[in-house]
Amino acid sequence: MLNDHEVLAKEPFFRITKRAHISNLKSWGIRLIAVVLSLIVCAFVIMAITGENPFNVYLGIIDGAIGKKRRLWVTIRETLTLLIIAVGLTPAFKMRFWNIGAEGQVLMGGLATAAVMIYLGPTLPNGIVLLLVFMASILAGLLWGIMPAYFKSKYNTNETLFTLMLNYVAMQIVTFCIVFWEKPSGSNTVGIINGANEGGWLPKLFGLDYGWSLVIVLLMTVGMYVYMKFSKHGYEIAVVGESQNTARYVGIDVKKVIMRTMMISGGICGLAGAIIVSGASHTISTSTAGGRGFTAIIVAWMSKFNPFVMILVSAFLVFMQQGAIQIASQFGLNENASDIITGIILFFLIGSEFFITYKVERTKAKKEATAK
Amino acid sequence: MDSEVAIRLQNVTKRFGDIIANDNVNLLVKKGEILSILGENGSGKTTLMNMLSGIYFPDHGDITVHGKKVTIRSPKDAFALGIGMIHQHFKLIDVLTAAENIILGLPGNESLDMKSIVAEINELVAKYGFDLDPEQKIYDMSVSQKQTVEIVKVLYRGAEILILDEPTAVLTPQETSKLFDVLRNMRKAGKSIIIITHKLNEVMELSDRVTVLRKGQYIGSVETSDASIDLLTEMMVGQKIDLEIDRTEPLPFVGRIEVKNITCRNRDGVAILKDVSFTSSAGEILGIAGIAGSGQKELLEAIAGLQEIESGEILYHSPEGETVTISDMKAADIRDLKISLAFVPEDRLGMGLVGSMDLTDNIMLRSYNEGKHFFANRKNPRKLATRIVEKLSVVTPSVDTPVRKLSGGNVQKILLGREIASSPNVLMVAYPVRGLDINSSYMIYNLLGDQKQKGASVICVGEDLDVLMALCDRIVVLSGGELTGIVDARTISKEAIGLLMTSSKKGGAQHAE
Repeated sequence: MLNDHEVLAKEPFFRITKRAHISNLKSWGIRLIAVVLSLIVCAFVIMAITGENPFNVYLGIIDGAIGKKRRLWVTIRETLTLLIIAVGLTPAFKMRFWNIGAEGQVLMGGLATAAVMIYLGPTLPNGIVLLLVFMASILAGLLWGIMPAYFKSKYNTNETLFTLMLNYVAMQIVTFCIVFWEKPSGSNTVGIINGANEGGWLPKLFGLDYGWSLVIVLLMTVGMYVYMKFSKHGYEIAVVGESQNTARYVGIDVKKVIMRTMMISGGICGLAGAIIVSGASHTISTSTAGGRGFTAIIVAWMSKFNPFVMILVSAFLVFMQQGAIQIASQFGLNENASDIITGIILFFLIGSEFFITYKVERTKAKKEATAK
Repeated sequence: MDSEVAIRLQNVTKRFGDIIANDNVNLLVKKGEILSILGENGSGKTTLMNMLSGIYFPDHGDITVHGKKVTIRSPKDAFALGIGMIHQHFKLIDVLTAAENIILGLPGNESLDMKSIVAEINELVAKYGFDLDPEQKIYDMSVSQKQTVEIVKVLYRGAEILILDEPTAVLTPQETSKLFDVLRNMRKAGKSIIIITHKLNEVMELSDRVTVLRKGQYIGSVETSDASIDLLTEMMVGQKIDLEIDRTEPLPFVGRIEVKNITCRNRDGVAILKDVSFTSSAGEILGIAGIAGSGQKELLEAIAGLQEIESGEILYHSPEGETVTISDMKAADIRDLKISLAFVPEDRLGMGLVGSMDLTDNIMLRSYNEGKHFFANRKNPRKLATRIVEKLSVVTPSVDTPVRKLSGGNVQKILLGREIASSPNVLMVAYPVRGLDINSSYMIYNLLGDQKQKGASVICVGEDLDVLMALCDRIVVLSGGELTGIVDARTISKEAIGLLMTSSKKGGAQHAE
């Protein structure tokens, strides 16, 4: 009997089955294990490359992210920026509209902000300038969002390519504008806009440098949560995302929902551009968005589109990035060392989702049982 | 004795997560017999057969083929043992010929001698009495011809044991009897045949023995000669069941939906409905019969405003005597007119419901847009969901459970419950009992009957002619997008409907006889 087994085939070693249900405790436990494992792997990598004690490196990361008051605020500022972009992407991805164009939408919002600041900042009262800054940035992002949505709903174009390409268009437009706004001439940069009168700069709130950014971004976060969870629009977005057939069946105007949602998504991303330019950098360049439009996609997906979880996820990612900048200078590592660490942690975190969705079992050794 | 046994399964168990699809199942197939495996949907028939054909691997238990214990890890292993399975969904390449599909994946020699292959196939075809041209392309074939290709493919590979998964689901009565003749020829030649089915008539007509599964468990095997339909039903369901559908007389004829000469094209520009006209009446159940893909889906969707109409019009005659042309309207406009046209589509989770949403949100689909408020009202849908769960005895942990997690019968109850909650004037249902167990099926038939008595015009697309003839008052027969007859369900014979299903208006049969 045993011969037959060997002649034909060996039994499979593992079985992978989909979990019917998993408790919150268990799923967060798995994620925690993933983080611990990733830190261990990182430690080995750090030792192999640098020969440094990994604990010192980790301490360096913590120090870099929150070690000084100024560093803490930079971390908070960057978190807010990443968060508002992720919040902006939420309705689009919830609708299964693959908006890879946040980068361009942010850039256009930033560009509109810079334009208002440059042309109106020095003359108009600051309150009015800021109002115009917000309106212009939202409008610019909205424009960048509605274009792919229009072509998607009208001609069923591929929104992934469309939004991606628009990123490059936005970048070219910014490059073009920099030529006009160059200051000092020959530098090929715009420099700090309105450095003297701070026209169009977001002022302090409660004595905090980033007070207004904090309020705006948190309002957006709560607003998005409420919008997606309780409004009719949010319900429509969810239905369209899950099944356009069902949406059509119950009489939802799918085209309208796609257009409206991308206006909201692009608009918020445009506002993110204003938060960056008017609230922090006070300048514009092609790297104003700085890849955050892509990182925010990871944030949105890892948070399962829950805006409150996004706060944690974006804080974690920014924490690692800021820490990495610190260890790069402290231990004389290449800047990329930080990307390696973030990459390893992300790999484990995303990989852990597999173990949350599926269960891997060892096939029961039953040969002994049958062969007696 | 063992030489007579082709396959023996002992204590085979297969789990999917927490669900036990097969629980210690035993099965015995003799050489040269036709065995029916009978069971309701979800009883584990297909899972069991998939383990024989190498698609799944059992968690426990032994499989013995021709007296030797074997391990089947892949379809390749199964073929090596002479086991071939013909699946419900055909796996053929459209642009190749039958012969090319048949030899696909076989090792073969360096040069391909199609002539001798075709000759070999013709030999097989003649031996068992198939009707097949090996050089015909698949896309030119009818469903039954495609099925023939699948069977010949398996035979060509030297299968001694054939497994057919619900082979008659897509066939007309005439095609079914032809298939049965071929299967009997194969039995004569000493092949073992396993048929998965839930149609009792076919079991009685064709098979030598019947094995019954229920909820993943082996219930027993009986010789067909000792069995009766009542006995098999009881084994299948676990209790005695009244198989009569309670059909009341229709109300006097009052036109409700009038379809006038409509023609529709699909995305590829192929006419999928050709010049179809009929009028449905209030207080009747109007059946729609036809081979799968004859335009049933498009017809219902056209009435619901979901399918673009090239020519013709659809009128709605309200009980108050008004007439509205609904063919110019979209689904949303029809909804806003309060015509109360309910539609239970074929694709329940892909169209009628959203699988990942909970019961409340699914019930809300029809009503979420009521009122001017920006926020959605979930209170009333929640109440309605609770009421539907109670009234139709839906088995669910709570109204907050995603409908995807419910069984097929419960999903259908939610969908139908939602659609009839608005007390519709028109109720359209497509394949309302597909995938449902017998108890749920009869509950659905009764619900449709209730709506008919309340004066709704019920339009029901079905696949089981026996059921359509027992449930409906009149039956519209479609063939290739054309309406080939409107018949009285009480007097027509099954064979006559079968002929209409394959005939063409312009005369001449569509498929080779």
